[in-house]
Amino acid sequence: MTTPRLDVVATGPANTVQDQGRWGHRGIGVPVGGVADPLLATCANRLLGNADTDAVIEMPLAGPTLRALGAPVRLALAGDAKAFVQRGDEAPQPVPAFQTITLWPEDALRVGAVRQGVAYLAVSGGCLVPAPLGSRSTYARAALGGVQGRALQVGDQFDVGPPRGDLHGAWHARPWVHQQGPVRIMLGPQDDAFEPDALATLVNEAFGVSRDSDRMGMRLDGKPLQHRRGADLCSEGVVPGSIQVPGNGQPIILLADAQTVGGYTKVATVIRADLPRLAHCRPGDSLRFLVVTRAEASEALAQQAAALEAWTASIAPWQAPGTIDLRQLYEANLLSGMIDARCDPMSDAL
Amino acid sequence: MPPDRFPRLVPQGDGAVTVQFSDEVSATAHALVTGFTQALDAAQREGAWPSVTATLAEWVAAYSSVTLILRPDARLSEAQAVQRDADLLTLARATQPAQNAGRCWRLPVCFDADLAPDLAALAQARGLTVAAAIAHLLAARFHVDMIGFLPGFPYMGGLPAELALPRLATPRRAVPARSIAVAGTMAGIYPWASPGGWHLVGRTPVLPFDVREPEPALLRAGDAVQFFAIDRPAFDALEAAAAVRPPDRSGWLIPQAGRLPEASP
Repeated sequence: MTTPRLDVVATGPANTVQDQGRWGHRGIGVPVGGVADPLLATCANRLLGNADTDAVIEMPLAGPTLRALGAPVRLALAGDAKAFVQRGDEAPQPVPAFQTITLWPEDALRVGAVRQGVAYLAVSGGCLVPAPLGSRSTYARAALGGVQGRALQVGDQFDVGPPRGDLHGAWHARPWVHQQGPVRIMLGPQDDAFEPDALATLVNEAFGVSRDSDRMGMRLDGKPLQHRRGADLCSEGVVPGSIQVPGNGQPIILLADAQTVGGYTKVATVIRADLPRLAHCRPGDSLRFLVVTRAEASEALAQQAAALEAWTASIAPWQAPGTIDLRQLYEANLLSGMIDARCDPMSDAL
Repeated sequence: MPPDRFPRLVPQGDGAVTVQFSDEVSATAHALVTGFTQALDAAQREGAWPSVTATLAEWVAAYSSVTLILRPDARLSEAQAVQRDADLLTLARATQPAQNAGRCWRLPVCFDADLAPDLAALAQARGLTVAAAIAHLLAARFHVDMIGFLPGFPYMGGLPAELALPRLATPRRAVPARSIAVAGTMAGIYPWASPGGWHLVGRTPVLPFDVREPEPALLRAGDAVQFFAIDRPAFDALEAAAAVRPPDRSGWLIPQAGRLPEASP
């Protein structure tokens, strides 16, 4: 059987292959990296029946156009975006997010603009790019993972997993919606290095997301946070979510590609449950912070895990409006043995 | 300073906790960091201290602290977190100072002006000739304190006081890969092109991080590094060779003092 491949016909800015991260190598300075929003990436993977760890394509502003080569490929889009499928000379047909689509060889899927934050495109069996140090995640600064260690470029081709699942059926689920409200933080490790009114500013004022932000960190603009005795610190480990404050008093929230150590004081740390939401902030957005305890952070993470399971339970076979649900009829034994693969509700709809 | 101020635990959100042995750079604290990571290694190997090790993904050893990071799927109840912290503090208080068995490296550096764009200004600022500044760099024996910031970036102490200078007022947007850089009392080698504010005083053709190697980072905390000067043709030849295939790194070890990488644990 031919291995299915995807051919990059066009690409949005900074479209990268990412999985759940390159764990276990911080000791030699390698960031964990991986998907900026692991929840949304997991939604895309679960629609296809993939493992949560399968590599997906992260799309910060707009997505790529991908053509299937050699064998069918199933895909699923998650996020505030929509796609169009192009089959031969037919007119392009819209494909909503949170719904699977099968590309037959030479069919192409074009992902349009991502309206809010970041979106993910999962591929049945995952994007099978090389996995240096145990991860396919693209970390461009050290040319690790992804396609040649960088963002997708036109003309790239890469293998994807073998076709699996029901190529003639489609699945959908309700959109995944992140919790709203202020970004929850735990104070420290160096909250005692700041003037008391800096801590008041942190919890009472809004901060704007600066244009100067990337996968490594998000710079914020706001009322400066005053240090008591300088911004420098004996360099220590930092994590995604660390809110470090250099001498100018403007906070930087470290994100997925966070460096492993840093020498700036850290006023607070975003809790794990709220890290995925940060992936959706764009320049000009406004952020507020809320201080929580470790117990509250733990409870938020448990609630989030439950919400993801509830979302997963909403995955169901998709039927085009007005089509007969052959699967349901078949499963109800109203039809016997006469299902023809060509008699596909999806293809009727398109 | 009250004697019981350290070691102490500081949380980094709900996914990490840092054990601090001091709040400044000192050989004493660094030896405790090394001893603590050796204890963590042993605990993980033996399945000891389960409240600490069962949910531990990895740790980052720095100058005077070790940051322990939870596995992404690990969720601790408050009671489990309290137990973890208590055990961690017990483990930290019981830590004995230790040294990593370091290797000694002798790495080639080219000091041509275009590869060492800050060397002349640094020499002038310290009232030295360029030749004298190079002589100080070649006489120094650097010690690797930690690896971090970028994959394979060594934070090295041991810069001669004659070369000490604060960081550049305005950091460069792009430091070329394999630049030898100094600031304050520190030296480093940029494995990757990156923004940076240190003074660039030379460049090595040796790759400080090479994913083709079984151990991608060339240097480990505890290693010692000396530099020797090479001319431009030698630099170009070594650089071209390294791009094609990984050169045998053991050739850069000082044979008498160093151990071959194969012999390391």
